[in-house]
Amino acid sequence: MKPILLTPFDLIIASSLVVLDAVVSVLLGLRLHKQILVAAARCTIQLLLIGFLLRFVFAIDTPALTLGVILVMVAIAGREVAARPEKKLARYGNQIAGLSAVALATFVTAIFALATALRPHPWYDARYAIPLAGIMLGNALNAASLSLDALLSGVMRERSAIEAQLALGTRFRDAMRPLIRASVRRGILPIINTMSAAGIVTLPGIMTGQILAGLDPVEAVKYQILLMFLLAGANGIAAVGAAYFAAARLTDSRERLRVDRLK
Amino acid sequence: MPERLSARGLTGAAGGPFGIALGRGDAMAITGPSGAGKSVLLRMIADLDPHEGAILLDGVDRATIAAPLWRRRVAYLAAEPGWWHDDTAPHFPDRPRTEALMPSLALDPGLLNQPVHRLSTGERMRLAFIRTLLNEPEILLLDEPTGALDPHATALVETLLIERLRAGAALILVTHDMAQASRLGARRFHLEAGTLTPR
Repeated sequence: MKPILLTPFDLIIASSLVVLDAVVSVLLGLRLHKQILVAAARCTIQLLLIGFLLRFVFAIDTPALTLGVILVMVAIAGREVAARPEKKLARYGNQIAGLSAVALATFVTAIFALATALRPHPWYDARYAIPLAGIMLGNALNAASLSLDALLSGVMRERSAIEAQLALGTRFRDAMRPLIRASVRRGILPIINTMSAAGIVTLPGIMTGQILAGLDPVEAVKYQILLMFLLAGANGIAAVGAAYFAAARLTDSRERLRVDRLK
Repeated sequence: MPERLSARGLTGAAGGPFGIALGRGDAMAITGPSGAGKSVLLRMIADLDPHEGAILLDGVDRATIAAPLWRRRVAYLAAEPGWWHDDTAPHFPDRPRTEALMPSLALDPGLLNQPVHRLSTGERMRLAFIRTLLNEPEILLLDEPTGALDPHATALVETLLIERLRAGAALILVTHDMAQASRLGARRFHLEAGTLTPR
């Protein structure tokens, strides 16, 4: 079955709905009409740019270019993770923890999927590797930032409890264990909710997109299940990674709690 | 006879360089305005805060002793010690020894079955003191250990401290109570503007 290809005219008709939003804003005095139009314009331009970029990258299809694109995506995601928490670790600690966590989660799960379930030829085919890395990154970003935020805010709250244990001769990793556990939980809960609600409360985007593009629903569902499992793995790795990388930054060779490294 | 605890050139957020020498059974009381760094000095000795300088325990360099073991032997007790379980009992893995010590501080062993938030400030302080004593540290670094206690409970804490001093421990305490310093036979020091001076 062939996908129904859209013409620019189709999109212009659809854009009338955005204009409708803007009109509602003017009528109700929401003062959002400018923002709505700017956001719609940004969305159009950004997506068109990425579409042409991907068409170009898929056409060239060299491993170096594919890897380069993925690395740029990883760097942007790492920066986002670092920016979310209210507290910041000194000396680029947030950036290092965020980047390490999302990079680890993305590369492990993407390579795992490319080597086992998908097996394109060659395995690093940009058409598979880049979208896959993109989905993994978006989710790993979410899990890592939740986990990092929970750890950094928790360590200030639990400071006296942690130091009381250190003062009694408890090892740093043992004193931090409850906090790390709580942080990883926070990072992993969203994917559990997503998996539980899938198909009942929500029709996940990948599956919906593939059905619209003409794929058999059961085939689309199989893809979605594979992705859910990959996302569960990526979220777990990202949440654990962010919590442990940040915790490592909060101590030193004498197993002290270094809250002075938190701004 | 080698000193129990000797520190040279301790420099950190509390100021310094500080030099400290304590023999077996020695006690030292530190006074000073709040914010002068009295707690930080104790935390430096316990190796909880970053600093420079060398410390020896019974002639052994701290750098050769793993940090958790050092803190077990050179024990710091904060003015408001933290708790990490909701219930009191899990903080005391050695229940028989805990219950044996509690009456000597006028604490009912039944308190162990209470959640921590139900305990009064004074009860929490004494229980935290027991928690520290159970490790049998050679050096006690106590930050206003009787600040929240009535005169009776204060006397009980001092009795236990004198017992430890007789057994060979050494003590540094931060206190505002000059009478307490003399009851414990402690040398008095004043910490202000980053310098420690005998009084």
